[in-house]
Amino acid sequence: MATRVLDEADISRALSRIAHEILEREKGAEHLVLMGIPSRGVPLARRIAERIATIEPGADVPVGALDITMYRDDLRLKPARALEPTVVPPEGIDGRTVVLVDDVLFSGRSVRAALDALSELGRPRAVRLAVLVDRGHREFPIRADHVGKNVPTSLREQVRVRVAELDGLDEVVIGEDA
Amino acid sequence: MNRHLLSAADLTHDDAVLVLDTARELAAVSGRAVKKLPTLRGRTVVNLFFEDSTRTRISFEAAAKRLSADVINFSAKGSSVSKGESLKDTALTLQAMGADAVVIRHSASGAPHRLAHSGWISAAVVNAGDGTHEHPTQALLDAYTMREHLADGAGDLAGRRVTIVGDVLHSRVARSNVLLLHTLGAHVTLVAPPTLLPVGVATWPCEVSYDLDAPLPASDALMMLRVQRERMDAAFFPSEREYARRYGLDARRAALLPEHAIVMHPGPMNRGMEITAEVADGPRSVIVEQVTNGVSIRMAVLYLLLGGAEPA
Repeated sequence: MATRVLDEADISRALSRIAHEILEREKGAEHLVLMGIPSRGVPLARRIAERIATIEPGADVPVGALDITMYRDDLRLKPARALEPTVVPPEGIDGRTVVLVDDVLFSGRSVRAALDALSELGRPRAVRLAVLVDRGHREFPIRADHVGKNVPTSLREQVRVRVAELDGLDEVVIGEDA
Repeated sequence: MNRHLLSAADLTHDDAVLVLDTARELAAVSGRAVKKLPTLRGRTVVNLFFEDSTRTRISFEAAAKRLSADVINFSAKGSSVSKGESLKDTALTLQAMGADAVVIRHSASGAPHRLAHSGWISAAVVNAGDGTHEHPTQALLDAYTMREHLADGAGDLAGRRVTIVGDVLHSRVARSNVLLLHTLGAHVTLVAPPTLLPVGVATWPCEVSYDLDAPLPASDALMMLRVQRERMDAAFFPSEREYARRYGLDARRAALLPEHAIVMHPGPMNRGMEITAEVADGPRSVIVEQVTNGVSIRMAVLYLLLGGAEPA
């Protein structure tokens, strides 16, 4: 039994709010870089950058991708995985505020790996975290700066984010076999 | 993928494309300020070289170090092997030291297979060249180089025409390339004098020609093999000059290639023998690039064999 907790319109509104929050907190779009964590964080980061461009005319926020596979702490628990692309915008990340964008925040281990991966690409002025869904159950002292929706879950449940760019539709569903 | 990489034939089409795709992502690491990934921290990779090698050993060493593995270099010269130690006893020593992967080069064909399947060691075995048999990571880096130039760095090599020229008889590179390129969908033509073709070449998945000029206009990639004088115990051709005239690549022959074709050589080159300096240093030559790509390919192989609980 899977329940849809966010539909296309909900996701759209959440991303718009996150774009506003980022601009408010950073006092503009200057020196911002959005880095999506593959696979679904990357299209979400692109959409947030598009929203920022419509809110602040002339703002062109660079968007990149940050693959964390090689930095995961559970690599040896599973078979070796295929890598996803890492794309650093030509402007680089040194001295900029990097907003990491991911679909779901769960244990915090992916974010920990992302922070390690980021530190080898350069030295950002600050790193923020934006997620579409925070499902709780943190195992690390990590929290998100910008959250689309807090979704209380049990550990047995799965949270599945689908985005139109990769899955053909926008939705967030939750269930034991979502 | 299998637990070991002993032959290019061990790789399915999907395995081979996965290695090439992984190598492409890892190539970016070599361009960064911090050329290191933490992935194989705490793992030990032993380079077990019973035969001389410069680029392959350095390439495996660089690849393992960029993945943060500990590297132990073992060369037969100056080791107990020169006192007569057997492969088995050397293997048991490595096992006792806790090697997670053994990269082996040996002058005897089949030595890596023996090491992998004897039960002497539990490490993953990577063949870095065994006698006149196989050199699978060389074939992978060659396929990677071809894919970058001929297929925009994605997918396989379906329909591409590759001509491999020279001392096929003594070449482990040729055998591995024929097997892997066939897996990836390319058409391979071997060109060599009849004396330098191995017995049974008719059963290989490729065509064979004694004339170099004929296949050139349709070749997308041309690979020149080194004439391996150190393995030659008989006269395989009348003179070096005659070999160079009939099977060497000079500017006239290079001009017969299509505009987009690339010229490759696994190294080390005998300049003036199988390839002239003019062509080796010319604009079509990707020989230096092959060396660069070797590090990315070996990183990918080590990651896919050792990075997870089991190979990818």
